[in-house]
Amino acid sequence: MRPLLVIAWLLFSLPAWAHKPSDSYLSLFMQNDHVEGQWDIALRDLDNAIGLDGDCNGQLTWGEVRSKHVAIGSYAFSRLTLSAGTHTCKIQMLEQLIDHHTDGAYSVLRFRADCGGLVDRLHADYRLLFDIDAQHRGLLRLTQGGQTSAAIFSRESPAQEFSIAERSRWNESIQFIREGIWHIWLGFDHVLFLLALLLPAVLLRVDGHWQAAGEFSSVWWNVVSIVTAFTVAHSLTLSLAALDIVRLPSRWIESTIAASVVLAGLGNLYPMMVSRRWMIAFGFGLVHGFGFAAVLTDLGLPQDSLLLSLVSFNVGVEIGQLAIVAAFLPLAYLLRRSWSYPRLVLNGGSLAVIAIALVWFTERAFDLQLFPL
Amino acid sequence: MIRPRPFMMLILLGWFTLSQVGALCSEPYRPTDDAQVLERLTFKASDPVAREIEILRANVRRNSRNLDSAVRLATLYIEQGRSEGDPRFLGQAQAVLTPWLNEPTPPPAALLLRATIGQNVHEFNEALADLDQVLAVQPTNAQAWLTKASVLQVQARYDEARRACRRLTRLAASHVLLGCLGDIAGVTGQSSKTLELLRQVLAESSLSGRERIWIATILGETAVRTGAIRDAEEYFSEAFKVGIKDQYLLGVYGDFLLDQGRYPDVLSLLHYETRADGLLLRLALAEQALNLSTFHNHLAELASRFAASRERGTTVHIREEARFTLTLLRDAGRALPLAQTNWSVQREPADARILLECALAAKNRAAAQPVIDWLNANHVEDFRLRQLTKQIQDTTF
Repeated sequence: MRPLLVIAWLLFSLPAWAHKPSDSYLSLFMQNDHVEGQWDIALRDLDNAIGLDGDCNGQLTWGEVRSKHVAIGSYAFSRLTLSAGTHTCKIQMLEQLIDHHTDGAYSVLRFRADCGGLVDRLHADYRLLFDIDAQHRGLLRLTQGGQTSAAIFSRESPAQEFSIAERSRWNESIQFIREGIWHIWLGFDHVLFLLALLLPAVLLRVDGHWQAAGEFSSVWWNVVSIVTAFTVAHSLTLSLAALDIVRLPSRWIESTIAASVVLAGLGNLYPMMVSRRWMIAFGFGLVHGFGFAAVLTDLGLPQDSLLLSLVSFNVGVEIGQLAIVAAFLPLAYLLRRSWSYPRLVLNGGSLAVIAIALVWFTERAFDLQLFPL
Repeated sequence: MIRPRPFMMLILLGWFTLSQVGALCSEPYRPTDDAQVLERLTFKASDPVAREIEILRANVRRNSRNLDSAVRLATLYIEQGRSEGDPRFLGQAQAVLTPWLNEPTPPPAALLLRATIGQNVHEFNEALADLDQVLAVQPTNAQAWLTKASVLQVQARYDEARRACRRLTRLAASHVLLGCLGDIAGVTGQSSKTLELLRQVLAESSLSGRERIWIATILGETAVRTGAIRDAEEYFSEAFKVGIKDQYLLGVYGDFLLDQGRYPDVLSLLHYETRADGLLLRLALAEQALNLSTFHNHLAELASRFAASRERGTTVHIREEARFTLTLLRDAGRALPLAQTNWSVQREPADARILLECALAAKNRAAAQPVIDWLNANHVEDFRLRQLTKQIQDTTF
């Protein structure tokens, strides 16, 4: 009766609405002379391929994953080849993190690929998991010059080629300007820093008390000096970092940015350098520039128009910044004589800024997760 | 300078603000605790199934030309996929068979399994081609005929499906033949005959557990279509009594409860079934009706799952996506084309229903026409579909 036994289970088809089949997410960011990459691979797939569940209890812990980092790296990168022309890119693993997609936890492999100079055609050959899961797909996102193209690797089409360059300079630079604007608006730490510095700009410090500033012109020059100092400083370091002349560890940069926000807030509560706030803006602006550079890396820097995109991005940041000032200044100027401005807006606002930035600082400096994701 | 208490207050204030913002975007992170559990696997290495799979995998690795162990391993994978609702197993089954499938004339056993996988990922024409190739070599392969009948039925090719069923006459036990034919007859205008015959089959004690679920589910679905609610309830409870988890049954019964407004029952049925998209969708529908706070999380979760599936370039979930878009997002304009695309791939009563509902909501009578034609040509018995059709015809858009 063997055929009947077979029938007993094959009769019923698997409901198609079961959860997701196996996918990995590969992101490549084209840089000046190399490729930055991030590769998210499901822990369940890695477990199936190389075995991660050390204690065989059906649960994967961070400890188990961490102890297999070397094995994960060599397994994954033996199945991905990036090449430019005849030159195979040298892949160097940077770090391994964790992220969650809709179907569970993924190992996030960050890497850097050096292709021996400028790349005009990038060839990607992807062989992950096809030998053990025929339905596996690799979803590729290639970002260059602020523009993203996508491709899917499957067992049937494991190789893809992309031409780099030949894009419209104009569109590209518009793209970078837009990214710059968005970045300053969405990067709360930069906005808070700037606002903390600008809050007292409509006031004067007289005999240890705040007083509303008189004419608009003095307020105006005060604001201009702060914004200009911040701009000059961050443009300088943004360029240095984007051109790969200076490189600093991101944890240090991010923590210092958070600290700068705390200090800017404290400076309002305990005013010492009232007339020299532009110097604070300049000093910490240098650090914020390194923060901007990290974003630029994620956008994929086009190698043939590096300077143009750098300038465009910076222009975008300035436009975004001016928009913030334009929204803030008239309002603050009108409110400056009210009872509430020095107390509620300046003191209360500064306290809130300090509070948020303190949490950022603790998280970034000590690599902690203070609030659940 | 800063006293401890205000300092703590400050930290708390910042923490609160950030937790509101931070929940919106997640970033790759480095866990700090080695003991943090990141993922729960389908089974432990000590589970009997896992051990069996491990042994077979080792066999296949050692002896890569041994078709027998490869077929057994692939079969086990498909079986796992079915009870866990996890399509990863299907891809693994296919990979095991790859060496044979690459041959100019693959062995029938490998083709049959590929057809089963094709059926599950909605590659119906490819599945039929594989089955025909199997049947050309082994015209008495009962499994191939049965799978062929079920694929043809999904495509609404009922005459051909019936012919495939009849080939089972001397090849399989009578209840298999009756189940095969009864499933088709129940949709195409002979529900009373189906109910009568399959009721007798269900009374047989020789049925295996899976077979009992199969027959009872057909009975339940047929009873639902004729409006016999109480009978349907009884058949479904027969199916659940077997005690084997079956994703298809859970979905059908969930819909049955939703249609009757028995939302709390849906919650207790599907509370833990959040991994399978189709079941999560039904759970979210019940939560929406009951105004539960969990609804919004599940809504967002579903949206991101459908987005992930689109990114992958597959349309396997398109029926559920149409239903999600219509009933939860209430966007008939976007749901209708999804339901239409789905109808071009599969044509079961559930596919007809979502297309009619979308056409009605989008006030588009022409879009409903293919379903109305299908209903009439095949004398489809389904009171809800008839009701919807009447509504569409009576409404002046």
